[in-house]
Amino acid sequence: MDGIHDMGGQDGWGTVTIEPDEQVFASEWEGRAFAMGAMSMGLSGTNLDAFRHALERLHPLDYLGDGYYGRWLASAELLLVDSGVIPEGAVDARAQNMLGNEVLEPVEPSGAKPEYERNGNGSLRAIDAVHRFAVGDRVRAKDLHRRGHHRMPAYVRGHVGTVTATRPAAVLPDSTAHFIREDAQHVYTVAFASTDLWGSDAESSTLNIDLFESYMEAVS
Amino acid sequence: MTAQPHSGGRASAPIRTEALEALLTEKGLVNAGALDGLINRFVNDVGPMNGARVVARAWVDADFRERLLDDGTAAVGEFGFSGPQGEHIVVVPNDDKQHNVVVCTLCSCYPWPLLGLPPDWYKDPAYRSRIVREPRLVLSEMGLDLEDDINITVWDSSAENR
Repeated sequence: MDGIHDMGGQDGWGTVTIEPDEQVFASEWEGRAFAMGAMSMGLSGTNLDAFRHALERLHPLDYLGDGYYGRWLASAELLLVDSGVIPEGAVDARAQNMLGNEVLEPVEPSGAKPEYERNGNGSLRAIDAVHRFAVGDRVRAKDLHRRGHHRMPAYVRGHVGTVTATRPAAVLPDSTAHFIREDAQHVYTVAFASTDLWGSDAESSTLNIDLFESYMEAVS
Repeated sequence: MTAQPHSGGRASAPIRTEALEALLTEKGLVNAGALDGLINRFVNDVGPMNGARVVARAWVDADFRERLLDDGTAAVGEFGFSGPQGEHIVVVPNDDKQHNVVVCTLCSCYPWPLLGLPPDWYKDPAYRSRIVREPRLVLSEMGLDLEDDINITVWDSSAENR
């Protein structure tokens, strides 16, 4: 989906701030949100791609509002509600009760854990399919506009680059995030010239990005 | 999967965190010790010191450096560094002609086993948005001024390679 998460090339975010004495977690709640976020995938019977998609599904104001671990907390809640581990509204109701506002807590979850087959742990898979592309090939990043989860930033779509490496095959996030099936595909690193992406006045640099085979088409 | 409405008016993130932990604890799905264990691992045991050990070894051991550049996953595995967000490690060298810089524009993917959890600047929308478009300027603002004749390659880690 095209959303707030796809930040590459956006203007208006200002300068990068470096905190010299940064702690891993700035506040205690961030550590606990991280830990529950990490565990939420297993508890909800989902996966890493579904978790990333949950981040993207948050309203843009919620995506930004409580920072990185605020996103993790909200995404953990979303997956746990989707999968019927906790009822919708349960976190809000419990939070209100903790604040001393007596409210009824929902008890019946409505969701259900997804049913789908995984063929291994993690995301990498060994596959027999022949590589459609080779190092040195000129390829175009397809101009896809998928409404669900995918991993191709808008800023490369439609542009032509050069394959510079083949990487291990991996499950296609577009499929696993939606519990359809494991569509393991070859993955390639593709190099783009900055001037092709950002115009002739752009800073000179090379952009390398990893693309799944179905994101790419040959350029004759 | 449906997009979510804006959750205006909700309790603060710290309270909602406490609420979620209470709900999951009551169901027997998490316990404080398990959460503490995961938190402690990333606060105390895993962090940039892991990656620093790998780089220092490459400085003094030419054979290791070659293995590291040839198969990063196996080479860092010699240190026992593996696990989530480290399934496939690619190592690229900087020299006086080439500088590499890594970003995840779509979320904030990071090589956890080697560097721990990402620092704030790596997750900062300013970094995620700008480093792919004007890396020389952003690096300069961050305190690294590169000579004009050094090529910059930006790696957007959009799949599972780190």
